[in-house]
Amino acid sequence: MPDIPCVDPWQTRPWQDDCDASTGGDRAAGATMCGMDVLGRNHVVVTGPQDGPVVVLAHGFGCDQHMWRLIAPTLAQRFRVVVFDYVGAGRSDLSAWDAQRYSTLDGYAQDVLDICEELDLRDAVFVGHSVSAMIGVLAANRQPRRFAKLVLVTPSPRYVDDGEYRGGFSAADIDELLDSLDSNYLGWSAVMAPVIMGNPDRPELGEELTNSFCRTDPVMARAFARATFLSDNRADLFDVTVPTLVIQATSDVIAPQEVGAFVHAAIAGSTLVTVDATGHCPQLSAPAPVLHAITSFLTAVP
Amino acid sequence: MRYDDPEVAVLLEDSAEDLYENAPCGYLSTLLDGRIVKINTTLLTWLGYTREHLVGKSRFTDLLTIGGRIYHETHLAPLLRMQGEVGGVALEMLASDGARHPVLITTTVKTGPDGQPLLIRTTVFDAHDRRAYERELLRARQDADRERDRIQHLATTLQRTLLPPILPEVPGMEVAAYYHAASRDDMSGDFYDLFPLADGQWGFFLGDVCGKGVAAAVVTSLIRYTLRAAAVYDADPMAVLRNLNTVLNQHHQGDDPRFCTVIFGRLTRAEDGCAITLASGGHPPALLLRADGTTDYRPTPGGQLVGPLPDATFAATTLHLGPGDTLLLYTDGLTEARTDSTRTRHSEQALLEFATTVAPTTARSAVAEVATLLAGFGDGLDDDAAVLALSVPPLTLRA
Repeated sequence: MPDIPCVDPWQTRPWQDDCDASTGGDRAAGATMCGMDVLGRNHVVVTGPQDGPVVVLAHGFGCDQHMWRLIAPTLAQRFRVVVFDYVGAGRSDLSAWDAQRYSTLDGYAQDVLDICEELDLRDAVFVGHSVSAMIGVLAANRQPRRFAKLVLVTPSPRYVDDGEYRGGFSAADIDELLDSLDSNYLGWSAVMAPVIMGNPDRPELGEELTNSFCRTDPVMARAFARATFLSDNRADLFDVTVPTLVIQATSDVIAPQEVGAFVHAAIAGSTLVTVDATGHCPQLSAPAPVLHAITSFLTAVP
Repeated sequence: MRYDDPEVAVLLEDSAEDLYENAPCGYLSTLLDGRIVKINTTLLTWLGYTREHLVGKSRFTDLLTIGGRIYHETHLAPLLRMQGEVGGVALEMLASDGARHPVLITTTVKTGPDGQPLLIRTTVFDAHDRRAYERELLRARQDADRERDRIQHLATTLQRTLLPPILPEVPGMEVAAYYHAASRDDMSGDFYDLFPLADGQWGFFLGDVCGKGVAAAVVTSLIRYTLRAAAVYDADPMAVLRNLNTVLNQHHQGDDPRFCTVIFGRLTRAEDGCAITLASGGHPPALLLRADGTTDYRPTPGGQLVGPLPDATFAATTLHLGPGDTLLLYTDGLTEARTDSTRTRHSEQALLEFATTVAPTTARSAVAEVATLLAGFGDGLDDDAAVLALSVPPLTLRA
């Protein structure tokens, strides 16, 4: 070979590089290189016994997999726990984001199915919070064999009131929200990326969260907000065939109790548990009863 | 001085109650479920409520717009649970008359001696001015985005007008060109062209104008049309460059330099290929990749930069392209690309070695190899680069 000053651009084509995601390191970079490194793309983290039953925990709009940190460690004592970030959230590979794919909940459901395929999951339990509850319904309806059970935490199949149906928001409310997202992305990005102060006792926590929340690209957050708050998945509930648990909070402005009741009524044979909690994230505000409801449902003999 | 004098007491600011109630920011305390248990007079005044309206009856989220409520539930509340503290969040609060008050809030969780959370304390700062400022920033950013798109579109369009959209077909020859723009926002000074002359001859040139941007584009345009017109008048490459030099030198104004380096060639078809005369004005030498795999530069020593001197001298060389031979013209973007982390610039020697690995080749293959090479440079390529290749197809085996 000739004596050439630099080996890389002259002798090696970047796309000929071996792609080995299993070597660890920066998964996001690997994902960019290979295109289809799903585990890196979605920042998939798996914990718990290898032979344990698989539980997939899926976060909702606005947050990432940290939403499960109060209950995931306990679940991982008995179950194989899979957490991940949807593309566009947390530490997912933002270069994999596609405006068209992530403009509907089907795109997010495809993220779930991609992960199931990559991990070769069958009969997994899918626990979806907020909008992820509906994403789980879509995924389970498309590939039922992947899922043994569904747990829907504070689900809502439609946020906007429609005739007799009370979603909790008027069309004008959601329009106002989406208008403010569309027209004022600087202001919203300030909202989306608050200056988060570190927790002095656990500095690593503050750092982690600062990174994951501050990196929410306003364009991606807006797309997810549109997909979430403009969706109507009421009809999909009637197609659910896997055993389903619905967990709702007693006081939740985003998913009021009557919405939980609607979901429960629409999914044949589903179980409804109402947790005494305020807010849309009972897995954080009341982790113990949520954990109890999930483990009871998971270990129940069908 | 009497400390119990009311006027003195005011100056000492010793009333915590007054400081709380009439602070220059709003104070609000809620239970963990958001129910308001304490609120100061400042915030009540901003929002137009009485204490009786809110305390024990309303939740913090009741005072927010819909967007703010959703943000609170999906971001603020979870963060507060996980960190115990969230600061600098922009929200809008609703007054009793429906008016919206842009605010910035900071929230902390008050814990008891056992570490259990008891209350949520929130300070509320007026953000009317800041929100107006943000709107201005947003408008400026949107304007800048639009402007950038427009300039990129303009630059791309203008660039296209300075390069031939497709090269003409030269009978019995294969020709190819490649152009790499380092920036989408600026005009490059690299140019090339290939065009028919009288009597079955062809003219071609490739060069590089000093500088970038609109000024370079103006000069590039001038050069391109001057070269073509000069070649019609007298196709001898030396004469063409002399005429170009005269035009550029006369055009030169003050501190606006109008120089270029360029190679001009005239191609004459021959029975077993073609004869080429090259004249160069300060341009890197053409590279010849022969059918037998050997490569060498075709230097034209003594050729001066075109434009600065009224009587610049140029140098010519002649060569013969036989079947399987390829002639490659290039700009210094190719030889000066930084090829590794040490930022050493790639050299003509390395280009020659690269050529050796691809020879023998054809015009199209050579250009494809160079394009791949340039793509491999990535960020190391900080200049524009242009290549023009001409080859005589190799002899095919007769049946």
